[in-house]
Amino acid sequence: MSAMATKKLLFDEADWDFATLDRTYKAIEEIALKDLKLNVYPNQIEVISSEQMLDAYSSLGMPLMYNHWSFGKLFAREETLYRVGYSALAYEIVINSSPCISYLLEENTMTMQALVMAHAAFGHNHFFKNNYLFRQWTNAEGILDYLAFAKSYIAACEDRYGRDEVESILDSAHAIMDHGVFRYSRPPKPSRERVMEKHLRRRRYEAEAYSELWRTLPAGIEPPAAPPIPDPEEDFYDEMKLPEENLLYLLEKHSPALKSWQREVLRIVRTLAQYFYPQRQTKVMNEGCATFVHHTIMNALYDRGMISEGSLLEFLHSHTSVVFQPEFDDRRYSGINPYALGYGMMADIKRICEEPTSEDRDWFPAFAGSGDYMATLKDAWANYRDESFIEQFLSPKLIRDMRLFALHDDSEESAYEVSAIHNENGYRAVRSAIARQYDIGFAEPNIQVVSADLKGDRTLFLQHHMHRGIPLHEATKNSVLAHVERLWGHEVDLEEVDGQ
Amino acid sequence: MTHFIDRRLNPKGKSLGNRQRFLRRARAQIREAVQKSLKDSAVADIDKDRKIRISTKGTKEPRFRLDPKSGGERDFVLPGNREFTPRDQIKKPRSGDGQSGKQAADYAEGEDDFEFTMTQEEILDIFFEDLELPNLVRTTLKETPNRIWKRAGITTAGSPTQINLVRTMRNAQGRRLALKRPKKEDVLALEVQLDALECEPESEARRGKIAALKEELARLNAKRKWIAYIDPVDVRFNAFTEQPVPTSQAVMFCLMDVSGSMGEREKDLAKRFYMLLHLFLKRRYEKVDIVFIRHTHDAQEVDEQEFFYSRQSGGTIVSTALEKMLEIQRERYATADWNIYAAQASDGYTQSGDARRCVEMLNNDIMPLCQYYAYIEILDEREMEVFASEDSGAELWRAYRTVAETWDNFATKRISKPVDIFPVFRELFKKTESAL
Repeated sequence: MSAMATKKLLFDEADWDFATLDRTYKAIEEIALKDLKLNVYPNQIEVISSEQMLDAYSSLGMPLMYNHWSFGKLFAREETLYRVGYSALAYEIVINSSPCISYLLEENTMTMQALVMAHAAFGHNHFFKNNYLFRQWTNAEGILDYLAFAKSYIAACEDRYGRDEVESILDSAHAIMDHGVFRYSRPPKPSRERVMEKHLRRRRYEAEAYSELWRTLPAGIEPPAAPPIPDPEEDFYDEMKLPEENLLYLLEKHSPALKSWQREVLRIVRTLAQYFYPQRQTKVMNEGCATFVHHTIMNALYDRGMISEGSLLEFLHSHTSVVFQPEFDDRRYSGINPYALGYGMMADIKRICEEPTSEDRDWFPAFAGSGDYMATLKDAWANYRDESFIEQFLSPKLIRDMRLFALHDDSEESAYEVSAIHNENGYRAVRSAIARQYDIGFAEPNIQVVSADLKGDRTLFLQHHMHRGIPLHEATKNSVLAHVERLWGHEVDLEEVDGQ
Repeated sequence: MTHFIDRRLNPKGKSLGNRQRFLRRARAQIREAVQKSLKDSAVADIDKDRKIRISTKGTKEPRFRLDPKSGGERDFVLPGNREFTPRDQIKKPRSGDGQSGKQAADYAEGEDDFEFTMTQEEILDIFFEDLELPNLVRTTLKETPNRIWKRAGITTAGSPTQINLVRTMRNAQGRRLALKRPKKEDVLALEVQLDALECEPESEARRGKIAALKEELARLNAKRKWIAYIDPVDVRFNAFTEQPVPTSQAVMFCLMDVSGSMGEREKDLAKRFYMLLHLFLKRRYEKVDIVFIRHTHDAQEVDEQEFFYSRQSGGTIVSTALEKMLEIQRERYATADWNIYAAQASDGYTQSGDARRCVEMLNNDIMPLCQYYAYIEILDEREMEVFASEDSGAELWRAYRTVAETWDNFATKRISKPVDIFPVFRELFKKTESAL
């Protein structure tokens, strides 16, 4: 290392400028692409102020978003927390798009900027590009254009139909946003391009066919309407395929009460829900991947003498606070920290590949001692989601290190029962329980449309298939149902059934 | 350096639209919260940014979620086991403790209240929403000398400062095109041609060509002279005409009793009331004069600062304030031009016999002039109980009740607690259907 250490430091003070950022980025890029062989979208790195960071927070982390009061509420809340110092701002936000946009906060020190670039621009970026969920469900190239379209479409609707109208539709759509996703079946080609293309086509037609003369027509005579543009999806109006888990989709296609612009609004919300769906299923892996990557890269930079010891310590300080896991009875405890679990598992995989114990060899014969941890990790990053990743890779050692234990909660009992702890008999049970916890198929209510009385009073029948008898929260259930009724235009009935 | 974009200078306030939508949405709760927070703040602080705590009613975002407390069973994993072994029982935390594994993550439950900061502007907007001065009328046009200059199209005559360049140049261009004014480039081209010819060796043909060219050049130049680049006929001026503007000027007389009988508490209440009134008028009306009159046994006109912040004491003769008001009105605020408003605050005590005099003055002199007269009586809470009925009260109150019976635009209200101020204020200045 002494030979390496003679190399020049990339930076030696906390302040940053664009030349330093660029130099550091190149060094990080070299490690990421040459040593770790990551496969990433082109990067676009933007430096923003704290206020802009708050802006980005309040629009779900997207660079542009349509207007809605709930984002204003989020902003007001975040701003207050930030101003009084309850919460620090995230150091970065990264967007699953191509080019992959990462935001750096201007207040970060140079070390933090390096950390954030390694974390977001390479860690998250690699995950977005390679994980099967993102590849299957999201379209990184199209999302920004789609958001631009959504924003202008909603703004145009507000102009034309009034804010209240648009707001109430958005409210209702947001209420069932979590149920605007195709979970089990493949979506009938929910291609963003096609939606946009259709719109562009319609607009282009209107622009081309517009004639000043029409304005002079006497009242009551309409200009010739645009010819209907055939859309293969229109066939769906005829037959409802039931049961349907995607409430937003069903309402968009079949609700008897909605006007066409309202359907388009539902579609926008549904598209966003679908876009965010993979992120909800891969919190642990996504953060774990990014944290593992930044840890590896920062250490590599130090080993090559490119950052100083001071920077390394600063980096380690923030790294450890990111992966800190308070214990369950700690006041700071608010669930399992995805950074801690994700990074812990990935660091553990590295250990198993390089220095396996005999226990590891029993549990992970496929890769224990293989030496090539990057191959194992990359395979995991590409082909798993939180639930399957944990089920597959959580090792007894990490269960012991985190001292995980499982509780059984029966709502009829006044006490929880410890069902398994970190011992020989308990590893598998703990592992399955925690994996289940990350399966949003179980963690979120399974609600489906089962039938609609179209010939009669048009009641829509929903069913909640209870998993292990857990019912819906009564108060919120009724207010969400009111929203569904608004979108359906007729009565909506929800039945809770034991779903096995 | 293609990787980096500096966004820091991009326009700020991208989420302003969302904020407005949010404030609009939460209006009812915000108004309630603002009221509550104003009630507790010192007089001088009314005009400031403040933190508002609102309930999430009305801004709830419901989602379907599971409620493992009310039924069913589940398993969940926690970190940090120290002493538990399998089959151990752990008592469930009572609801409200909130600190137990997954339940703590049920974010929606902790969402009862919600705090954020509002700017003074936003607060006042909500505060004074649908309030206005009652019976405001536009003073007759004939008598108001108020006129403003308004645009009145385009004319052919005017002063050079009012030239409408766009119109002028457009006319000039049209005229030049119509009359086929030779372009400068054409003339230049001919000159270049001529220069080139003059360098050529002497010949008959050349001479002929030169002569022709010169003739052509002379013709073009002459034509350029006849057809000016800008001709006086092209010039257009912006026209303005003077137009009478219907104005509604208003003056508000604020009459406050600062005599010894008014304790600190009463004065504070009165001041709060006027503070609100002051803010309201400043914010809503561009042209409202405010006259501050305070009185003990005699009355003075004072400025804002003195009115709100200085101390004085003495006996009480209410009619002196009314006299002062009349005097000022006669001097400065002719009824023809001004809408006259008055608000009076007092504890209801005055020298005996003075109340009758006040009533006389009100009935004969003041009420015929006034658009609206609000009387606010400040009581302590004990008195408020004693005088529970509208009809009973101190001398001034009983006297003023008679005035209120004769005049529609005379209002009397009682305040005993800071909480009352805002409702009373709203009631006094409620927007009515008939108002403009």
